[in-house]
Order: sequence, then structure tokens, then C-alpha cells
Amino acid sequence: MTTYILKRFLQLIPVFLGATLLVYFLVFSLPGDPIVALFGDKPVNEAVASQLRAQYHLDQPFWVQYLLYLKSIFTFDLGQDFSGRPIAAVLGEVFPVTARLAIMALIFEAFFGILFGLIAGLRKGKLFDATVLVASLIVIGIPIFVLGFLLQYFIGVQLGWAKPTVSSAATVQDLILPAIVLGLGSFAYVLRLTRTSVLENMSADYVRTASAKGLSRFKVVRVHILRNSLIPVITFLGADLGALMGGAIVTEGIFNIPGVGNRLYRAVLSGEGPTVVSIVTVLVLIYCLSNLLVDLLYAWLDPRIRYDS
Amino acid sequence: MTDFIALDPAVTPAPERGEPVLEVRNLSVDFGVDKKWVPAAIGLNYEVRAGEVLAIVGESGSGKSASSMALLGLLPSNSRVTGSVKLAGQELLGTNEANIRAVRGKEVAVIFQEPMTALNPVYTVGAQIVETVRLHSEVSPDEARLRALRMLELVELPDPEKAFRSYPHQLSGGQRQRAMIAQSLSCDPKLLIADEPTTALDVTVQAEILDLMRNLRNKLDSAIVLITHDMGVVADLADRIAVMRRGVIVETGTAAEIFHNPQHEYTKALLAAVPHLGQGGADSAGEVDVTAALAAATKAELSSIPEDQLLRRERENAAALAAAAAAKPQGEPVLELTDVAIEYPKQGRVPAFRAVEGANLVIYPGQVVGLVGESGSGKTTIGRAAVGLLPVAAGTMKVVGQDISAAKRNGRQLHEMRRHVGMVFQDPSSSLNPRLPIGESIGEPMFLAGVAKGVELQKRIEELLDQVELPRNYRNRYPHELSGGQKQRVGIARALSLKPKLMVADEPTSALDVSVQAKVLDLFQNLQKELGFACLFVTHDLAVVDVLADRICVMQRGRIVEQGTRDQILRNPQEPYTQRLLAAVPLPDPEKQRERRELRAQLLEAGTS
Repeated sequence: MTTYILKRFLQLIPVFLGATLLVYFLVFSLPGDPIVALFGDKPVNEAVASQLRAQYHLDQPFWVQYLLYLKSIFTFDLGQDFSGRPIAAVLGEVFPVTARLAIMALIFEAFFGILFGLIAGLRKGKLFDATVLVASLIVIGIPIFVLGFLLQYFIGVQLGWAKPTVSSAATVQDLILPAIVLGLGSFAYVLRLTRTSVLENMSADYVRTASAKGLSRFKVVRVHILRNSLIPVITFLGADLGALMGGAIVTEGIFNIPGVGNRLYRAVLSGEGPTVVSIVTVLVLIYCLSNLLVDLLYAWLDPRIRYDS
Repeated sequence: MTDFIALDPAVTPAPERGEPVLEVRNLSVDFGVDKKWVPAAIGLNYEVRAGEVLAIVGESGSGKSASSMALLGLLPSNSRVTGSVKLAGQELLGTNEANIRAVRGKEVAVIFQEPMTALNPVYTVGAQIVETVRLHSEVSPDEARLRALRMLELVELPDPEKAFRSYPHQLSGGQRQRAMIAQSLSCDPKLLIADEPTTALDVTVQAEILDLMRNLRNKLDSAIVLITHDMGVVADLADRIAVMRRGVIVETGTAAEIFHNPQHEYTKALLAAVPHLGQGGADSAGEVDVTAALAAATKAELSSIPEDQLLRRERENAAALAAAAAAKPQGEPVLELTDVAIEYPKQGRVPAFRAVEGANLVIYPGQVVGLVGESGSGKTTIGRAAVGLLPVAAGTMKVVGQDISAAKRNGRQLHEMRRHVGMVFQDPSSSLNPRLPIGESIGEPMFLAGVAKGVELQKRIEELLDQVELPRNYRNRYPHELSGGQKQRVGIARALSLKPKLMVADEPTSALDVSVQAKVLDLFQNLQKELGFACLFVTHDLAVVDVLADRICVMQRGRIVEQGTRDQILRNPQEPYTQRLLAAVPLPDPEKQRERRELRAQLLEAGTS
């Protein structure tokens, strides 16, 4: 087990190197000169521009830039963004906000997705089942920004149940509505996945055995059906945490949340290589770690899964 | 802790054999299909007494399982059950859910067919038994644990502590079924329903489980309803038998009555269809007395057969063996294995697995060689390698004159070789493409090989359909429109389409009901004689091999442990493993089965001492 975890951590090294290299290269290949763009409409002062280029190593060839960036990571000094703030501070500012948002979305989609999916599966063909199936199709079918604007307008503006925009502190209360918007699509998937999985397990032999033992329906569902049905759902949820963090960009835009998505979007526009790469790398690492967590959860849920080294 | 079960038979009060534990009157089961009621069981009447085993026998679709699940209300919600089911005088049908739950697992326990899927894979065996115990009695977790351990001991698991902590997948098939039995006995039920309890098991394991059930019946004095399609199992265990067909009990009687004096046509047909070991094929010299053969080979003395009678039977057996002249093989071998080892290649991090080692085997034209063994013995592996589906890791393998040991995967050589080899697979439902009409499935090999097309191809397809005795107009039907037996006929026709010199048949009849199996085997045998192809017939069922094969190879753990002509193997088995295997096959005849059982017990004893 320990060797397995150790191995998985070692695997992070090539993932880390590959992700940073790829993203750095993509930012490097962006058209336009970021320094020129900094001046906006003002005339470009060549002296200042070349000084800035030297400061951000933009006058160096790609490989040198990349290696210098790697060095900055390992010396724990990520440098500064174009506005002169340390990148480390920027990360420390935006990640907690988005993490809060993503985890809230995950809790929402997991709780309601599994609950509704379980009920729908147990009552296959009944009204509840039919309703949530149609509703989940609609949710999957409508793009997230449409849903976002609709909920913002009706719940936030018309009904006034929640604030339509998020304060700069981005408190848990502020984030409830955005988290629902963010988690809505995955909620529909979790619901459908749970429903299918429950249906499959309901006709399993061991469920019949459990009934033949004399267990009540509630216990059969709770002890024997639910745990077996959760195995595929957990995989999806684990992979989704990473997707939610990275995919929050639209939701953050709609509700004006000062999170990762917003900052990343601005960094891409202004061609700030180190900022973009730093943010993306952290996202990749979160993705890898949440996948590792899922794989470990897996073994806990299903003892048949072995981690052979 | 109270004793649920007195393990010492002397302490057990004398069983009251008179009182029926279960009385079933006029029980009917219907399933709602497309808003219509389709009957699964019609007006069943039977009763079971304490300490008695009632076997309900029938083929698939006879309603034997559905009617038994109906006793406990375990049918899906689209079913309707009418009639009366009384357990020790108490009516079960129509009582409320709470009452029936109190009966389930406590008064009436069930053992299911497939212990791998019938136990929940994510909980330990111990946890599942403890769950049952604590559900029906007010005991502390520790007491429940002790109880579970005693049950695991009762079912003769070698290490109850370890089994308690094990997950189902960590146990072997036989151990799993023991654990399942332990669970079902944990609340000392009055009635035990065993639904095909040994069908998923290997024959030697089956014999062990049957022994266990017989011991338990003597110890526990529960009534047992045994649901099975296997006449051998019935002969081994049943006191009384009810034969079911299409939802109706056509005949009931004591075991002796049913086996020796069956009244109903269907019972007679069913008994005739059961291939039993020693009976031989259509043209074999006569029935082999396997019991005598085993007794002679192992010098056993049996109390169930008088000594002079056993000696006479052993002499007859020896004489028959001497008289059996093995036909001299002629021509070039069609399949020749010399010291062959076969490996499942390494896949990712899973290392290569050597499934067969040092196999030597020759098949001459027109010869049928039966390859028998239990699951995991490597028999299917040899079959697959013979058609080039698995690489040969060592030794040489010649198929129709070509050495394919070094052939490239999917290379030209294998492609050429496969034109001379036909293959019939185990599961006819999944080995035919569901989206192709069967005519196309049959014609595909010929089309791909370019031997026929157009009108000629159509003519050939019709010919093949005639050969496997299917109507010509079936060619446009899809596999799901055919029955299991018909599908396997299509499988055979497809394998024959290129007029192969060698046929590899991998358990072609094991998925079929006995009466269907008998017909398919009969067809296969006739075709083999008519067309004269050589055949490697892979099966776990010795009785099937006995019907078909000229030679028999016995495999165990990747090695061919013994091979010889049918008579050599059946009349004079030398290897202890072959002997054990032969002794484990249950005979569909209660008296002969009793002899066989004693013999098997002696063999096992001799093996352990």
C-alpha cells in the first residue's frame, strides 16, 4: 500500500514536467508582444520595453525561459506578474476562493446526485424517476453560462434570495448560488450514473441473498445496494474535482468571483507566461492528487481491487 | 450462548418424520409480461418432512426455481403467486412483509447457485454471517461472531478464523459455497432451499459439497428442497423427487421409484437423455462399469457390494479391456503437440502466465480426442492454441502438417492454417454476431476464404443447414430468434463450412439443457462419422467425453496427467487424479451412486494417508 502511494507520487514528477513544458510552450507561442500590449494605447517607450523584456526574460530563447522558470519554482520564488505582485501571493489569493467554490459544488452534486439517483433507481418508471430523468437531460443540454445567467437573474435579481454577485471576500454564503450553477451539470451526470448503477445492483444475486436472509428493504438498500453502487460514482466525482477547479472560469465570470478562472483568463490575455503556467500546474497537481485519493477510496469501497506493486 | 444446533447426533431428539415441515397446495406463479399473465408454475402440490430431501427436477424454464422463490416471496414485483404455502402449519402466502421477513433466513434459508455472486463482494464472509445471526436473534456482536465461526467450522472449512476474515473473492468456489451454506444454516432453519447448489462447481468440488450436505442433513434434521437439473445430484441426495416440466409437476415419487420405474413419458425421456459415465457412444462395445474399474485399479473393498459380486464385475471389466482392440491410427497426424508450453502473454504489469506445460498429444484423421479437466486445468488453453489464438511458448505444435509454434500472431501462416480448422465455442449466444442473420454467419468463413460466392455460396449454406438439421428458411433469422440448441447447431454449421480437417470444440454443450445436449451430441457424432474430421473436444464433463471420444486426455494444473483410449482411461485408470475425477462424477442411479460414494471416500482416504 505504502509503496503504491509512493509510486503514485513519483509519477507526479513526469506529469509535472510535461504539464509545465507544454503550457509554457503554448504561452510562448501566443501571437503578439505582451510587453507592447502593456503600454496599451500609449506610445511604446523602447528603453522601458527592453528593460521589462530583460526582467521577465522575454528576450531569451524558449528553452532558457523555461529552464529559468523551473529554477524559480525550485527556489520557491515564482517571480512577479506584470503588475509587479509576487505570483506566489496571487496564487495564495485566488486558489482558496476557487477551492471553496469547487468543494461546495462537489458537495452539492454528490449529495443531491446520489440521493436523487438512488431514489430514481429504486422507483424505476415511477413519476419521480421520470421527472428527474427529464430534468437532468435539460440541465445537461443547456450550456452552463445560460443556466448561470438565468439563475442569477431570477434567484439573485428578481427574487433576491441570494446576492447576484460575489463580494471580494467570497464567503461561503456568497458562493452558494455560484456553487449550484457550477455543480449543476455534474449533478445531472452523478444522478444518472447512480441510477444506472443502482438498477444494475438491484438485480444482483447478493441483493437477492440479502432479502432471503430476512433483511428489511431499507437495510438491503443501505448496506448492500448503496455501497456497491457508489464505486463508479466515486470515480466520476474524483475526476470532477479537478474539472470543477479548472472549469470554474465561466461561473467565476458570471458572478464576478475573484478566483483562479478570472486571474487565469487575464494572465492568458496579457501573455504572462509564468503566471499562467503556475496556475495551470497547481491545477494539474490538484487533479492528479484527487485521482490518487479516488483510487485509494476505491480499495476501501471494493476489497477486490488490489494495489500490486 | 444457547446452542442453536446440537452437533452431537446422540443428543438430538428423535426426529419427528411424520410432520411435514412444508406443505405446498395448489401453488401457481405467473409473471406479467406485456400486460399478460404468463404462467411459470401451475397448481403445484408437494410437502417436505423434517430430515427429508425433496428434489425438484426440471430443465430451464420448467418453473422449478420460480416456484421455490415464490415460497419466500422473493420474486420480482411483476409476479403473482396464488395457492397455499404452509410452514409448520403457518400460512406464508398473503402474510404481511414483517412476518415473511421473520421467516426468511430464520425458518427458511436459501442456498443459491453461484456463490461468487450470491455473496456480497464488498463484505467479509464473517460480516455477512454475523449480519444474518444478529438479524434474527438478540445476541451481542461477540456471540454472533462465535456463532459464525462455529458455522464455518460446521461446514468443514479448514481454517474458520481465516474464512471469517476473508472476502468472497479470496476463497475458492467450493469454499465460497461452504460459506454460503454456513450463512444459511446460521439460524438453524427448519427448511433449506438449495437452488442448484453445485451447478457452478467442478465435479470433484461438487462431490465434496454433496458429501457436506448429506452430513449436515443427518446432523441437523432440516427439511431440504433441492432444485436441480442434474440427475446425478438427485440420485446422490434425494429421498423423494418431483419432476417438473413447463410449470407442472408431471410425476412425484421416491428416488427409487423415479429412477427405476418412471411412469411419465417426460421422466423417461429426461433419464434417457442424461449422459452417464460408462454408458458410451452409439457404437461402443458396451457399458463400462466404472465402479468396478476403479475398485480394481485401486484394490478397494466395498461394503456396499458383496465381495464375490465385486470380483465378478472386476473380472468382466478386465476381460472387456483386453477385448477392446484399439483401432490403429492411420495417416498423418492432424494435430501434434510435442512438449508444448503455452503462456498467456504479459499484459502491462501483469506477468506472463504459463497455463500449460509439457503437453504431448496427437490426433490422427477421423479421431475424436476428449480433453477433460476441471476449471483452470488448461484444457481450453490447448484448444485455443491449436487454432493459433495463443502463442506457443516452448515445444512444437503442428496443425494439419504445419508447424505453427513460431508463427507470427495474425500472420499469413496462421491465416492459411485456420482454413483447415473449425471451432465451436461454449456459449452459442455470444459466439454468434447478434446483428447478422445466421445464414451470413455460416457463409462468412467461406466468403472470406474465397471458396464460394454468389449462388454457389447460398447453395452451400443450405447444404450446411441441412446437415445440422435446421430448416433452410432459418437462414434469414437472427440469433435471438433461435433456441440455445438451434444456435449451437448454427455454430457447428459455421465451423464445418470450410470442410475442416480438424475441429476444436470447446465445451459446446455445457450451456445446454440435458435433453437438448443429448440431441446436439448425437448430431455432432453423426456429422463426425459422415464427414470424418478429426476433433479435439474440450469439456469438463467426463460423461460427454465418454459418449464421443476415441481417446481421452486428463488434464490437471496445466499438465496432461494421463491419456489413453476410452477403454484404458475408463476401465483402467492409473493416475490418482483420474481415479478421483471418475469417482466424483455422480451417477443417475441411487444404488450405483451409493457404491460410487463409498469408493470415493476410500480413494480420498488412501490419498491423504
